Amino acid sequence: MLKFIVPLVLFLLIGVFLLIGLQRDPSYVPSPLIGKPAPEFTLPSLQDASYPVASRELLGQPWVLNVWGTWCGGCREEHDVLLTIARSNAVPLVGLNWKDDNAAAQRWLSDLGNPYAVVAVDHEGRVAIDWGVYGAPETFLIGPDGVVLYKHIAPMTLEVWNKEFVPRIEATRTPKGSET
Amino acid sequence: MIGLIRGLVLAASLAWAGAALGIDAERAFDDPALQARYENINRELRCLVCQNQTIADSNATLAADLRREVREMIAAGKSDAEIREFMIQRYGDFVLYRPRMTASNFLLWAAPVLLLVIGALAALRFVRRRAAEADIDTEGPEAGRS
Repeated sequence: MLKFIVPLVLFLLIGVFLLIGLQRDPSYVPSPLIGKPAPEFTLPSLQDASYPVASRELLGQPWVLNVWGTWCGGCREEHDVLLTIARSNAVPLVGLNWKDDNAAAQRWLSDLGNPYAVVAVDHEGRVAIDWGVYGAPETFLIGPDGVVLYKHIAPMTLEVWNKEFVPRIEATRTPKGSET
Repeated sequence: MIGLIRGLVLAASLAWAGAALGIDAERAFDDPALQARYENINRELRCLVCQNQTIADSNATLAADLRREVREMIAAGKSDAEIREFMIQRYGDFVLYRPRMTASNFLLWAAPVLLLVIGALAALRFVRRRAAEADIDTEGPEAGRS
């Protein structure tokens, strides 16, 4: 009897692993930044190049960094979702305009609407490298203490926003120990 | 005929030589030692947009940006280990084409040895049982005869 059970259990075990493997997205690379302090940056603002956007100034509140470019198809796809999120006033949406043309980026925002509280311009892609960005759109959630809480790689959807971002944002607003 | 074949072989080798020069149009360093380090590191780092290419092979903009980082870090006197660490901190272990052994992938590294041991134990058990059965077979009839 054992002769049949042992191979059967092994077979099922391998089957379960392979099944899990099939459902994973091979292009998804987990970010080593989660749970670590977000890389600091100071970059010119898209709207006013003389006005710098400094990540330090955002400390003390949860905020979202959205990496985008006008060359990026997925960014166009998620734009309406970002507008909806911005209207909810849950957190400041900070844009990181990645390796883009300033005029094109400004036109994009005036044509499609601007979901961002502020847009930082990363022409050379150095800040993007610091954040481990490899494919726009990417969206990071940063806690009030400046620690990266979550990263979403792919166009943002309301499902992802409500499931992954909203609970984490609310958790940062609940003082520890007052949940009971 | 032989001349034609020679010509074709030469043309084919030259075509390969072009591919080997890679994506970078210009040499990054005049110093051949630094250039060699630059090329070696680039060949070990994965271009994450085009996952099955190294940053030496890819002409994606991110790969070009990462090559620029490597070039600047070499010029700034950083060691190969420091450059690799810089990339791992940002992109994780996946950026390395030659993976390191870490706590999370230890099982993967240990799997060949573990499977060999399990196999050896199973084989040993099997052989012992066969031997035991053979003993019973030979002892049986003799016991009957005496």
